Amino acid sequence: MQTIFNLLVQGVLIGGLYALFALGLSLSLGVMRFVNLAHGDFIVLASFAVMAAASPLGWSPFLVGLILTPAAFGVGYLLQRYLLQRTVGKGILPILLVTFGLSIIIQNGLLETFGPNTRKLSGGAIEIAAARLGFIDIGYYPLAVFLVAVGLIAGLEFVLYRTAVGARIRAVADDPAAADLIGLTSARIYPIAMGIIAVTMMISATCMSVWTNFDPSIGPSRLLAAFEAVVLGGLGSLWGTLVGGILIGVAQNFGSQIDASWQVLAQHLVFLVALVLRPNGLFAKG
Amino acid sequence: MAPEKVRAVVFSLRAMMVALALAALAGPWIFDASQQTVLTEFFTLLTLAMTWNLLAGYADIITVGQQGFVGVGAYAFFGLTSLGHLHPYFAIPLAALITSLVAIPTMAIVFRLRTAYLAVGTWVAAEVMMLIAGKLPGFGGGSGTSLPIPIVKQFGASVSGRAESFYGLSLALAALAFGAIWLLLRSRVGLGLTAMRDNEEAAGSAGVNLTATRVLCFLFTAPILGLVGVLATLEKLRVAPSASFSITDWTIYVIFIVVIGGIGSLEGPFIGAVVFFLLRQFLADYGTWYLILLGAISIVVILVEPRGLWGLCRRLGVPDIVPVTRIPEPIRTNVSDGATTHDDARHAI
Repeated sequence: MQTIFNLLVQGVLIGGLYALFALGLSLSLGVMRFVNLAHGDFIVLASFAVMAAASPLGWSPFLVGLILTPAAFGVGYLLQRYLLQRTVGKGILPILLVTFGLSIIIQNGLLETFGPNTRKLSGGAIEIAAARLGFIDIGYYPLAVFLVAVGLIAGLEFVLYRTAVGARIRAVADDPAAADLIGLTSARIYPIAMGIIAVTMMISATCMSVWTNFDPSIGPSRLLAAFEAVVLGGLGSLWGTLVGGILIGVAQNFGSQIDASWQVLAQHLVFLVALVLRPNGLFAKG
Repeated sequence: MAPEKVRAVVFSLRAMMVALALAALAGPWIFDASQQTVLTEFFTLLTLAMTWNLLAGYADIITVGQQGFVGVGAYAFFGLTSLGHLHPYFAIPLAALITSLVAIPTMAIVFRLRTAYLAVGTWVAAEVMMLIAGKLPGFGGGSGTSLPIPIVKQFGASVSGRAESFYGLSLALAALAFGAIWLLLRSRVGLGLTAMRDNEEAAGSAGVNLTATRVLCFLFTAPILGLVGVLATLEKLRVAPSASFSITDWTIYVIFIVVIGGIGSLEGPFIGAVVFFLLRQFLADYGTWYLILLGAISIVVILVEPRGLWGLCRRLGVPDIVPVTRIPEPIRTNVSDGATTHDDARHAI
């Protein structure tokens, strides 16, 4: 019983990390109606960027991640403005194929630059510090990441529902053609949305680089986990994505009790069963 | 282009196609064993390109999970021959059947997702199949296992004899896939598929049953993918989750082939496969750079000419080389009452 409860709590905390992966994907599906097949690879790319800057300087990855966040916004903005925007309005196939090509380029570019080795960054003392609550150890770092996820969702909800930029983004998301008529073109709004998505990627990449191992080839598995969290939670609901991430984390944690491949298999099976039972996700809006 | 010139181009391209087909048939006599092995790989990739093109180019099922069914076919063949002790030639069609049976529940689940979601959904399904394959008893777990020698020997006692058998099987499979897809596209269903390719909403409102057509295409490709899996097992002489369900070999290369050659045309996969093999011949030593280059080329192709190299040819005025387009007869105007007889137009379609 204690073991089960412990697995549950740790699973929920890992769920915070998965929710962080998934937030950007949730936004791109909600606002721009596409799946970025390179989503996981961009997160891995950002992790390597943190590593490349932190290692030689000897700085904390968290500080480097913070410094790189504005740069991430710029990269996201430019990527959408000058590449992805060219596929807007041409259906779903071109955007999927372009992001698919990007995914292969990033994976192999990282492999060529950094080699196939598994990496992990050191976050300092917080990594191993834990509080004991009854019979459960709660690591400060997993708890901090979970709180970052909650804070980021609250922040995004604030931006989307309480600011002028958010109102514009929602207008284009609701009806691109109607928004276009009042001067809110997707060419103006999508790059901003992509910049915000890139910021969430940078934050999740920083958190991941200290928490788990990463190597150039793990992008796709991160994409699948993020995608499952989004679909489980329901399209258009960021809090739903958090719940989806928690479900993924808990499923993985219970699966990992059997062996490493059950860890992933349990995650996928929970997703597929939920898809059969609730095709629109748990908290779908509209 | 002037009509005579168009006719000349079409004639020469078709003549080239026939010549290549004849050369392929004469393959065992004109190519040595190592060339036959390369061509076997060519035919398997061409087959995969044709099935992916049917799904993504026509039926709007952008799958990133083709490798799932290839792996199921591979494991089914291994199970039937190595564990079930069936004769290999009897096991081949059965493996295709098993793949189709696996495709039905898979489809029922992933078809709950549409468009972009479906792409990732098929990927998840393929991952699940790979992970389950690694857990099946008797298949060597995560590292896989070799095909027993007696089974391999039934395809030929010597290496060159086997290369010849596999060449013949892969050529037959590519021909079967091509013939089946061509007949499908020329049928009533194919007309609906062509309409879906050009404009899905319009096709739906014109009476094309989109769901039924998608279901048909998905189930149509499954046994073909299973047969590719059988061939992959024979070529590699072993099954393993990472190789039999390889996303790089069975889906990533295939997407590049179709995108570069021309998505949504029968000619595209051929052109793409030829370009892919030529590039590989020169760049195989560069490994990762080769994949980076393919990724970059495919992005440029999508942005510049979404219909690929064949789309470029179409732009220059080259018509179908493989005839699938139906050209409506000109609507005759009845001079006596001045009314257009729409019946004629309808018959033409």
